[in-house]
Amino acid sequence: MSVNYIYPPYEIVRDFNRCINCKICVKQCANQAHIFDEKKGIVIADDTKCVNCHRCVATCPTRALKIVKSDNTYKENANWSAESMKEIYRQAESGGVLLSSMGNPQPLPVYWDKILINASQVTNPSIDPLREPMETTVFLGSKPDKIVRDTDGKIIDNLAPQLKLSAPIMFSAMSYGSISYNAHAALAKAAEKLGIFYNTGEGGLHEDFYKYGKNTIVQVASGRFGVHKDYLEAGECIEIKIGQGAKPGIGGHLPGTKIVGDISKTRMIPVGSDAISPAPHHDIYSIEDLRQLVYSLKEATDYKKPIAVKVAAVHNVAAVASGIARSGADIIVIDGFRGGTGAAPTRIRDNVGIPIELALASVDKRLRDEGIRGNISLVAGGSIRNSADIVKAIALGADACYIATAALMAMGCHLCRSCHMGKCNWGIATQVPELVKRLDPDVACDRLVNLVTAWTHEIKEMMGGMGINSIEALKGNRLMLRGVGLNSKELEILGIKHAGE
Amino acid sequence: MLKIDCADKHFSEIGRLIRQTDEKIIVVDNALGHRYIASGAKDKEIIVNGTPGNAMGAYLDGCKITVNGSAQDAIGDTMNDGLIVVHGNSGDATGYSMRGGKIFIKGDAGYRAGIHMKAYKDKFPVLVIGGKAGSFLGEYQAGGIIIVLGIDADSKTNVGYFTGNGMHGGKIILRSQQLPDLPDQISARKANSEDLIEIEKYVKEYCLYFGKDANEIMSKDFFVLTANSANPYKQLYTSV
Amino acid sequence: MLKEGEVRIPSGCAISGIFSRSGRLTNGEKIIESIATMHDRSNGLGGGFAGYGIYPQYADFYAFHIFYDDNEIRKEAENFLYQNFFIVNMSMIPIRKTKKISDEPLILRYFVKPLDARLHETNLDEKEFVARMVIKVNTTIKGAYIFSSGKNMGIFKAVGYPEDVGEYYRLEEYEAYCWTAHGRYPTNTPGWWGGAHPFGMLDYSVVHNGEISSYDANRRYIEMFGYQCTLMTDTEVIAYVVDFLCRRQGLSMSEAAQVIAAPFWSTIEKKPPEERALAEYLRNTFSSLLITGPFSIMVGFENGLMALNDRLKLRSMVVGEKDDMTYIASEECAIRAIEPNVDRIWSPMGGEPVIVTLDKKEDK
Repeated sequence: MSVNYIYPPYEIVRDFNRCINCKICVKQCANQAHIFDEKKGIVIADDTKCVNCHRCVATCPTRALKIVKSDNTYKENANWSAESMKEIYRQAESGGVLLSSMGNPQPLPVYWDKILINASQVTNPSIDPLREPMETTVFLGSKPDKIVRDTDGKIIDNLAPQLKLSAPIMFSAMSYGSISYNAHAALAKAAEKLGIFYNTGEGGLHEDFYKYGKNTIVQVASGRFGVHKDYLEAGECIEIKIGQGAKPGIGGHLPGTKIVGDISKTRMIPVGSDAISPAPHHDIYSIEDLRQLVYSLKEATDYKKPIAVKVAAVHNVAAVASGIARSGADIIVIDGFRGGTGAAPTRIRDNVGIPIELALASVDKRLRDEGIRGNISLVAGGSIRNSADIVKAIALGADACYIATAALMAMGCHLCRSCHMGKCNWGIATQVPELVKRLDPDVACDRLVNLVTAWTHEIKEMMGGMGINSIEALKGNRLMLRGVGLNSKELEILGIKHAGE
Repeated sequence: MLKIDCADKHFSEIGRLIRQTDEKIIVVDNALGHRYIASGAKDKEIIVNGTPGNAMGAYLDGCKITVNGSAQDAIGDTMNDGLIVVHGNSGDATGYSMRGGKIFIKGDAGYRAGIHMKAYKDKFPVLVIGGKAGSFLGEYQAGGIIIVLGIDADSKTNVGYFTGNGMHGGKIILRSQQLPDLPDQISARKANSEDLIEIEKYVKEYCLYFGKDANEIMSKDFFVLTANSANPYKQLYTSV
Repeated sequence: MLKEGEVRIPSGCAISGIFSRSGRLTNGEKIIESIATMHDRSNGLGGGFAGYGIYPQYADFYAFHIFYDDNEIRKEAENFLYQNFFIVNMSMIPIRKTKKISDEPLILRYFVKPLDARLHETNLDEKEFVARMVIKVNTTIKGAYIFSSGKNMGIFKAVGYPEDVGEYYRLEEYEAYCWTAHGRYPTNTPGWWGGAHPFGMLDYSVVHNGEISSYDANRRYIEMFGYQCTLMTDTEVIAYVVDFLCRRQGLSMSEAAQVIAAPFWSTIEKKPPEERALAEYLRNTFSSLLITGPFSIMVGFENGLMALNDRLKLRSMVVGEKDDMTYIASEECAIRAIEPNVDRIWSPMGGEPVIVTLDKKEDK
């Protein structure tokens, strides 16, 4: 007698009055949750296989399907949630580390939702962005300390290399391997169309995408996968990945089963070999070593590329950021604890790191206290969900924001958080050719362009409302923000007043 | 030939001179902690006299570097191709993540030598250490070959602790009286005749650079360490 | 903005040390030359030196080096000193003005001995009394900071690059058998000179490179014994741990090293029975003083110098020998800069201390 400790959390509900037995759901579900029963001549479902990705729901021509939360309940217990119990059963069965994907789903505070944006009334005018100029161009890169003039009194251009963005939005690092070729193609094309940047992640750069170099940030992480001279030269900027918001302090691990074909070629490791990214860079054990990697990259690329350093938002992130600013880096990237990932140990994802809002506010303040905020650019990421989050991030002090989860959703992701299984029905987080094919890079590119265009317009609307017509005037303009329902410590860290003050 | 005197020069000036010259042979004199020498360099021959600083030959892409002295930390970091010959010792993380090319150290190497070395297609990294190696030799090694000769070494294993932790590809060759303690995922054996042919090739190259007797070196026992699995962590996780 | 002590400021660094086993005295020029080679490991926000054997004329007196914010504070602190110590000599520490060092506090030097009456009254041994008084000044008189308190040794430190700090303090005028030096790379601007290294407690001086991950476990343990970590720096807690283990618990320097950088249990298991028992005992007894995370430290002490890496050896450290001299530095170039022809040069294993002491005199 087999005992099943775990009851499936979701049920596939099929309206047989609507179902026409077209079997599209059977074909679309790589998890094989839909099965055609030859004897009965109907499609049936195996709820245990369903990850709730909504591919079947979205492709069902007669809207015969919906996925609902199972109402099967354990005896209610406010301390031992059903989720906690299931995790115990799963680990008792397997002895394994719990693995999950995408960002922290726990009900921890989302500070964005407790911050409100200002608008002008009477004392200064709001601006209509549809008819008046409204600038969202941002330059990222370090700025000189001093003006230097030549003998004729002309100012010498001593500006370090800069990234020019049409809007303060970039696609953050997702490696080829963690997402598909078509997903990468869509991101690269969209970045080019939008005049922004996408990031290769730590899996190298596919040869087909070198042509998007002008809109590419190449990443160097601890495993150095696919890193070679031409790769470093390929993009406009090099990002050193120290950490990631979804899993601060630990490395990455792309299993050998995903190291196939072009992934192997792009990462420059043999087919089937695990791609293990160590937790630290083994040449950076201290802050002065970071300087060493920053400058070895600058030397290798003749000081032509800005160097970004990405860290996870952790307790002493302000001190870390200050160290980065003094290491010769040009851009600091802070990734908050709700940031997504293709795979992370659940306990790390859900318990390590701090919210981006608090991290960003304290980093910006620390750099200003030290008088060095002007020399370096600051990029925030880790679950930026909409244009208002971006406006708030910039007012807290960011130069620009990285988005990734939102970009994946624009391409079709339904946040089923099963990327680590490698069978993404939307063709995004998978390397299975039949699944990858489902994602049309041109369609996905258009959807990304639409999303960023819409957000940019919304940003302009909000800026206009505040009477601001250039994004620079919003940066660090914390008076434009007010908190609601926040305690005085939270307001102090965010550096904003409470609504009504 | 271009001669660069490092005395009173900042590393950025040395780097610029090396990048800008069309000369194929460059002699760098009086190196004393100057970092990033030949970072990303290609198609040149560089002779460094003195003690070059950290990250020498990082991202090296087909360039020969000879150091008349000791090298410091992280030399040959993410090296893709080329040759580094050090007539002395080298520091920690020698050849970190190197994918191709060869590094020969006459004497000892520090901790974590050959960490995360990997091979790919025609790229096959080789690290030969004449003396002893520190702990964590070949940690995470995924490809290529690391050889520790233990010449004039006073230790039984010629390596520190935790050799080959997380190794999942490639080979470590130890010329030693006995094996160090090894993690479960590594198998060790005495070198067979096929191994010895491969080893001899590199030993001869070592002797060519440093004037040692290859026959004498080959007369001792060699152990070959390899990973049991290219996927050592397959059983670690359970999905939620 | 919060000052060092109000906030924990992690920092990276460079270290260098010179030791003459025969007790030959050399002035501060060489150590400055050595640490200057590693300029890029510091960021100009802290540099310092310790010299041993520099005050032979007052060898029996504790040499206090004190920073004061202003003369008022100085008066207050001196009052306190008068009540507890016999002061045989006091003076400004000689400096050489340089543009590279600014915002200097008042810097004074006192050669002192505890008053017998006070020793009697408190029933403390002399060193314990001095240690407590130093901690008392540093924690209760705001704006006064005793940054050096040993006998026949002295610490010199400031905000600046180490080579500029050395010039500022005119180190060429001091002669020592042992010098240590430090260049700091803190992750923010310390408002105050006390945060620079070396950190001293009685004869112990510590220079350190790295950021330890066990900091608060160590701090909360050591503070049970009357220490107060006012700077919140790694160096401070390490100095107190060494003082506690060596002076108060009577461990030897190598035993103390076995506590601080205790071997892994898997390594301990393979030791011969007697060594194994000792290693287990030390690690178990002082479990809260195990220091993890990257560090390379040098501890100067009376007649000796100890250098130690963390057990994973996450920081680089090189040792060189030439005749009676021992050189220790973060990078080999810092040794080659002052002694190109060393007899022997090597990197010690993580957790294995290098301890050098003065040769025993023939007549003893």
